[in-house]
Amino acid sequence: MSTLTPAAPRNTPPGPTALNAGSRRRIFGRFGGKSRMDPTRNNTAAGVAAWLLALLFAAPVLWMILTSFHSETDAATNPPSVAANLTLDAYKEFFGASSGVSPWPPLINSATASILSTVLVLVLAIPAAYALSIRPVKKWTDVMFFFLSTKMMPVVAAILPLYLFAKTTGALDNIWFLILMYTSMNLPIAVWMMRSFLAEVPVEMLEASQIDGASLLLTLRKIIAPVAMPGIAATALICFIFSWNELLLARVLTGVMAGTAPVFLTGFVSSQGLFLAKVCAAAVVISLPVLFAGFAAQDKLVQGLSLGAVK
Amino acid sequence: MTTATARISRTGHSATKPSKNARSRERALAWARRAPLLPALIFLIIVTQLPFVVTLIISFLNWNSLRPDQTGFAGLSNYIEVLTNADLRQAIFTTVILTVSVVLASLVIGLGLALLLDKKFIGRGLARTLLIAPFLVVPVAAALIWKHALLNPTYGLINGILTWVWSLFGSDTPPQPDLLSQAPLMAVIVSLVWQWTPFMMLILLAGLQSRPMDTVEAAQMDGASPWDIFRHLTLPHLRQYLELGGLLGAIYIVQNFDAVFTLTSGGLGTANLPYAIYQTFYFANEYGLASAAGVVVVIGTIIVATFALRTVFSLFKKEAAR
Repeated sequence: MSTLTPAAPRNTPPGPTALNAGSRRRIFGRFGGKSRMDPTRNNTAAGVAAWLLALLFAAPVLWMILTSFHSETDAATNPPSVAANLTLDAYKEFFGASSGVSPWPPLINSATASILSTVLVLVLAIPAAYALSIRPVKKWTDVMFFFLSTKMMPVVAAILPLYLFAKTTGALDNIWFLILMYTSMNLPIAVWMMRSFLAEVPVEMLEASQIDGASLLLTLRKIIAPVAMPGIAATALICFIFSWNELLLARVLTGVMAGTAPVFLTGFVSSQGLFLAKVCAAAVVISLPVLFAGFAAQDKLVQGLSLGAVK
Repeated sequence: MTTATARISRTGHSATKPSKNARSRERALAWARRAPLLPALIFLIIVTQLPFVVTLIISFLNWNSLRPDQTGFAGLSNYIEVLTNADLRQAIFTTVILTVSVVLASLVIGLGLALLLDKKFIGRGLARTLLIAPFLVVPVAAALIWKHALLNPTYGLINGILTWVWSLFGSDTPPQPDLLSQAPLMAVIVSLVWQWTPFMMLILLAGLQSRPMDTVEAAQMDGASPWDIFRHLTLPHLRQYLELGGLLGAIYIVQNFDAVFTLTSGGLGTANLPYAIYQTFYFANEYGLASAAGVVVVIGTIIVATFALRTVFSLFKKEAAR
C-alpha cells in the first residue's frame, strides 16, 4: 500500500492530511490487495487472542457454575471430573435439605437492604443532581467534590463510632440501620452518576420549555425524564450491586436477625466433610442478582462506574 | 450591582425598600436552588462526617471496652503504637503492596484486553460479556471460589489441571503448589486482579473508542508502525483514562476487606489495614488504637485522593465547560 501512495508531504496541515488519508485509503484499498494494514488478517489473530483470554477470565465463573451441578464426590477430584453427572443436590443442600438452615432470611435481608437503600439513594440523589446540573447552585463544582471526598473516606475510619452508636441505641442487628449505612455509602456515587446523566438533557430544550411557560412538573416529565430515565435505571442497578456485595458493615452491624447474604456465605463453609459443590451453588445463587443487574446496566456500566467521567 | 439595577428599574419608588425586596427575593431564589441539594448534603454530613469526628476524638483516648476503668486521655500514644506495633506496621506495608500491585497488574492486563476488544472480530459482544463476568460475582463468593474451587491444593481446579496436563505426558508426579499457604498475599492479589481487570478494561475500552480515528489513519498512511501509533497516539490519549481507572481502583482496593477476610483471614502477613482495624476493635476491643489506625488510613487516602481529584477534575472540567 505504501508503494502505491506517496507519503503525505511534511508541511501539509494535519486536518487535510487526515482527510486525504481517509479518502486515499478508500480509493486504493480496493485495488491495493493484502497489505500490512489489512484489517481482516490482523483481526483474526486479535479475535483468537481475545477469545482465549475471555475464556480464561470466565473460567472460574464457568467452573463455579459447573461444579455447583456436580455431586460432592465428583466436585472434589484431582484431576477434575469435567464430564461428571449433573445433579441439583448441591442446590437442595444450599436451601437446607439436610441441615434445615434456610438461606431465605439472609437473602431477604439482602434484598430488603439493597432495594430500600437504592430507593432512598434515588430520592436523595435525583433532586441533588438537579441542583447540580439543570439549575446549578453557585459553586456547584465544590459541592460535587465534597460528595466525592466522602466516598474516599474508608469505611473503617467511621465504623467504630457507628458500631458504638448502634450498640447503645439498640440499632445493632437492625436492618434499617444497615439501610441508612448503605444509603450513605452509595449516595456520593449516585449524585455523580445522576449529574452526568442529567447534564445530557439538551439546554435548548430546557430553555424552550421555559419560554413556553411549561410548569416544572411538565418539564420534568416531558423533557428531563425521557433523557434521564436510562441513567436513573443504571444508577439504581449499580447502587443495588454495591449494597448487595457489601460485607464489612453487614458483618459488624448485623447478627442473627438482620444478617445479609454475604455474611451468611462467610459462615457457610463447614470444616467437616465435602462442601465444594454446596459452596459453588451458594456462590451462584447469591451472585445471580448481581449478574442480572450488571448485564442489565451493561450499556451504562462504564459511565456509571467511572462516576460519569467516561462516556 | 444588583441593587443599582433594581433602583433603576423601579424608579418612582423609595430607594431602600425595593432594593431590600430585590435582595431578599434573590436570596429566596438562591435558597430555592439550593433546596433540592440540602437533604442529600445534610444526610451525608450526619452519617459520614460526624462519625469520623468521633473517630478522631477516640483516637486520642486510651479506651479498651474490656478495661473501662482505665479509660482516659492518651495523647499521641495510640498513633505511636500504630507506627511501632509490628502487626499494624506490617498491615500498612501489606495495604500498600496489595493496592499498588493489584492496580498496576489489572491496568496492564485491562489495557491489553481493551486493545484486543477494540478490534472487530466474530463474537466480540459475547467475549466482552465473558470478560465482564468476574466483576459481577459477589466479592465474598469470588473469594470463596478462589479459596476452595481453584486454589485448594488437593482438589482445586488449578492443581487438577496440572495433574491432567502432566498425565498427558505420562508423568504421575505433577507439581502441586499450595499458593494459599506458600504465598498467601499472592493468592489475594491474583484473585483481586481477576476481579478488577474487567473494571479497568471497560474504562480503557471506552477511552480507546473515543480516540480520534482520522489521526490514526493519517499516521498509518505516513507509514507509522503499529507500535509507533500505540506509543505516540494511543497511549497519550489513554493517559487520563489510565489515571482515572488506576485511582478509582486504588480507592476501592485500599478499602478491601472481603478478599483478605475470606481467603486468608488475615493470616501470614496478609492482614491489610481495614482487616487489622476490624480485628483491633471487634475482637481486641482496643477502641483508641483502632481509631488511630483508622485516622492513619484516612491520611493515606487523602494523599492518594489529592492526585485522584486532580485527575477526575481534568476530565470533569471539559464537561463542566458545556
